Amino acid sequence: MKTSPLCKQWLYVLFAIMIAQSVFAAEIAKVNRQSSYQLMTAENQAMQDDPNLNPALFWVMDGHSLWKEKTGNKNVSCASCHGDSGKKMSGVATQFPKILRGKLRTLEGQINQCRASQQDASALAYESKELLALTTFVASQSKGMPIAIQETPLNTKDLQQGKQFFNERMGQLNLSCAQCHQDRAGLKLGGSLIPQGHPTAYPIYRIEWQTMGSLQRRLRNCMSGVRAKQFEYGSTEMAQLELYLMWRARGMPLETPGVRP
Amino acid sequence: MMNLFKLHASSPNLTRRLYLSTLGILGLSTSFAPLSALAKKPEVIEAIAKIVGSNIPRDGRVKLVIPPLVESGNLVVLKVAIQSPMTTIDYVKAIHIISEANPSPNIFTAYFTPRSGRAELTTRVRLADSQRVWAIAQMSDGSYWQGYADTLVTLSACTEMI
Amino acid sequence: MSKTSRTGIIAPANAKKDSIIEIRAIAQHDMETGFRYTEDGKRIPRDIIRLFTCRYNNEEVFRADFYSGIGANPLIIFNTIAVASGTIECRWTGDDGYEAVNQVNITIS
Repeated sequence: MKTSPLCKQWLYVLFAIMIAQSVFAAEIAKVNRQSSYQLMTAENQAMQDDPNLNPALFWVMDGHSLWKEKTGNKNVSCASCHGDSGKKMSGVATQFPKILRGKLRTLEGQINQCRASQQDASALAYESKELLALTTFVASQSKGMPIAIQETPLNTKDLQQGKQFFNERMGQLNLSCAQCHQDRAGLKLGGSLIPQGHPTAYPIYRIEWQTMGSLQRRLRNCMSGVRAKQFEYGSTEMAQLELYLMWRARGMPLETPGVRP
Repeated sequence: MMNLFKLHASSPNLTRRLYLSTLGILGLSTSFAPLSALAKKPEVIEAIAKIVGSNIPRDGRVKLVIPPLVESGNLVVLKVAIQSPMTTIDYVKAIHIISEANPSPNIFTAYFTPRSGRAELTTRVRLADSQRVWAIAQMSDGSYWQGYADTLVTLSACTEMI
Repeated sequence: MSKTSRTGIIAPANAKKDSIIEIRAIAQHDMETGFRYTEDGKRIPRDIIRLFTCRYNNEEVFRADFYSGIGANPLIIFNTIAVASGTIECRWTGDDGYEAVNQVNITIS
């Protein structure tokens, strides 16, 4: 069966689009990386910038209290090893997720790991007030510092898996993260501008949630938005996707604790 | 001027047609104007009546500022400022903020004193929908003044499933 | 049974006599409106801060009634005249026996 000239033309167009798509799926150049802070209204930016106006500061204070509180069967506090002020945690959040003892850990995961091994205390549930407070407290010690994730022989396998999740279509709406946050970042979806999706400010006080929340909560919101099966809290897939997103945002300053609409 | 008169006088039919079509356009335009722009919900009228009693609030002196476009109605910065010398004999006693579209009209009431210095405040409110918000000030001389702000809300607050 | 939470007061530590100063008061509170429902259709009862008062050397200088329309972690920014050195005390009371008190000192020159 011969293909008509018109059909051939359309095949070439389709082919060109497919090539363009794969070229498109490449990274956003460092100079063009933009935090979603830039897309917020002036009022919301002020809410993030001014400690007096940022509701997240309560979680930082709660986190500091928990930091100094003795807990677990070993009855020690985080401060016993890491110091009262938390300043020793400066630079820590910019390196997570990272491979520790052969396992990829997020910051939340590492806090729970520390609780289990050093304090003999039970793990804190994801999105619990305590885990959010501790994570916010630790991460805020790195505020202003550049995200420091690099691809290494240790993390490359997880990083590539995370990259695959980002570029892979999912859900009933059959959309990939990249299709919106890479290819169409800066365009509008409904009434809102599509952000590039860099996790520069987590945990955030999200105005929609009216409380603090983690990056994993936000990612689950996205996944339910495309009617996909959400990754579980604390799962390996979540950690891999987080790793890729942080690597994709490397060099950008950490804004924690952030405010987002 | 003379020409106009001439136009009118030259054709009685034209004048009549002009008159009727003008009436018709007026009639149509009032039916297009949404009722919501003209009338408030009963709860809102009741809430305002509770504040002012039989007095009629006058327009002016009250400046209410809300961002005209809001991404999330959950936390909206609201600023109100009332012109007043704020002396012991002439000051703002209270400011009431009333919402036209929230599940409950009252948002807050603030009570100033001559020690306030300025009848101004800023807070953060919830707005359920695009709407008009009213600020009604009660003065020490018993008079009431009002101002308002309109805003568009793209993601509403108040009523949601968790 | 009383419940409480963190609060913050931001006011200048020093001020010129009779100048107008700005006070910012914020409380950590979810301000559950009473208009939200669970997935099975149950209404979540209202649980909000109802009253905020500010006393300057024990004299009330500002008061506000909060309703469900006030946002979570309520913030209020208002003014007062710096009449004398002393203590500015803010008090929040609300549903379910909620009460919180905080204070800052001010020195007048």
